[in-house]
Amino acid sequence: MVVGKASEIRVASQDDVVVVRQAVRARAVEIGLNLVDQTKIVTAASELARNTVVYGGGGTVLLESLLDGGRRGLRLTFEDRGPGITDIEKAMQDGYTTGVGLGLGLGGARRLVSEFHITSRPGEGTQVRVTKWNG
Amino acid sequence: MQPLAREFIAAVREAARDGELGDTTRAEWSRTRDLLADLSRERAAQGFSPTETATFVFSFKQAIFKRLRSEFGSDAETLAEETWTATELFDKLGLYTAEIYQKAREEVIVRQQQEMLELSTPVVELWHGILALPLIGTLDSNRTQIVMQNLLEAIVAKSAGIAIIDITGVPTVDTLVAQHLLKTVAAARLMGAECIISGIRPQIAQTIIHLGVDLGGVLTKATLADAFQVALRKKGLAVAKG
Amino acid sequence: MGDFLLVTIQVDMHDRLAITLQEDLTERIVNDRTRGVLIDISALDIVDSFIGRTLGNIASMSRILDAETVVVGMQPSVAITLVELGLSLPGIRTALNVDRGMDLLRESLERG
Repeated sequence: MVVGKASEIRVASQDDVVVVRQAVRARAVEIGLNLVDQTKIVTAASELARNTVVYGGGGTVLLESLLDGGRRGLRLTFEDRGPGITDIEKAMQDGYTTGVGLGLGLGGARRLVSEFHITSRPGEGTQVRVTKWNG
Repeated sequence: MQPLAREFIAAVREAARDGELGDTTRAEWSRTRDLLADLSRERAAQGFSPTETATFVFSFKQAIFKRLRSEFGSDAETLAEETWTATELFDKLGLYTAEIYQKAREEVIVRQQQEMLELSTPVVELWHGILALPLIGTLDSNRTQIVMQNLLEAIVAKSAGIAIIDITGVPTVDTLVAQHLLKTVAAARLMGAECIISGIRPQIAQTIIHLGVDLGGVLTKATLADAFQVALRKKGLAVAKG
Repeated sequence: MGDFLLVTIQVDMHDRLAITLQEDLTERIVNDRTRGVLIDISALDIVDSFIGRTLGNIASMSRILDAETVVVGMQPSVAITLVELGLSLPGIRTALNVDRGMDLLRESLERG
């Protein structure tokens, strides 16, 4: 269940990556994630936001606070209208990159969160949705 | 007890006056709910049973029925209807206390588990800049994670360059735990500290090899004493007979 | 400070800043004939793959220019996250704090 207000941030430039990190940190603190989990979700957000800028040609991220039974969570949905990913499985592997990075972005981000979901259509864009639960 | 009972009746009366008797989740019942929640939590903490807690609500039934009888005594149909409504209402409120009671107990259990985890993972300083973490008992993934975080924090707090993780008291190690150990060693290295793993029993050594976990880059020693000696040497110190 | 260069990172590093740091540092190493570089990241609350890669680049470039780099003061939560991310920064020397980092640099300079 989504609780509180969702917020959407534009992810168009490298400066926005920093803005996303700060917004994610603020929300992670608000829902009571511990320091290690805060650091993990902020780092995952940084990787995904950079992907959105570099590979997706810019897009948006939606930040939502979740409540499920006693658990609280933070969900981030990155969306772009870029070229999309043809082979998602390959893109998730460590070391795979089409750009300038180390190729740790997607696979690395997946290891830092509780839930990871990616959908992509070549030519239409990519959506990556990640959730971090407290506990 | 008296003032609490009076407060409860006042809250119920207020809710019943302008509200729906069938649905206690509505806003007008919030004062009643809060009151019962506080009561349940308090009693859970004091060690009352859930029955004793719910009895607080159920004990009002008799008085209410008596009142209904005196008011509708001659009208059997209305009396039956009102009695049913009252029964339903108080059952719901009684069950609500049981629900909150259970939640409160669960919170207590979670907190105690947390406290036990922290108690069971002491990080000790063997020498200036040398820490030891003697692990005892079965390691599950959750416990290992907390243990490792504590160790890394202690490394910063004591500014310790060397940490010995002693697993003499650990009966088995599975893949996940082995990986956590390795990750801890890697994280400590990133922070500028070195880890030594000591006390790996033969069965565990076999398991680790069998699981295909690579301990190649990690310094291991047979006993905590050996590890301590290595740690001292690394700091340019030695133990000598006086 | 003698032969050593101390860089303290105190802001949220965006990518351009990381690249600028890399360029400035290599230039300073050459101009000042620096033999050792300490990068204090104790104020950084995250290190993602880009920042991690920049630190790695600085270390390898300074090695080519005959200088040692030591990264000091990484927070435990940052270290845990980096390992989980899959980045163990094998080419980088680390120390708990600036003092330890200086000791490390001095030792390796004495040795050779």
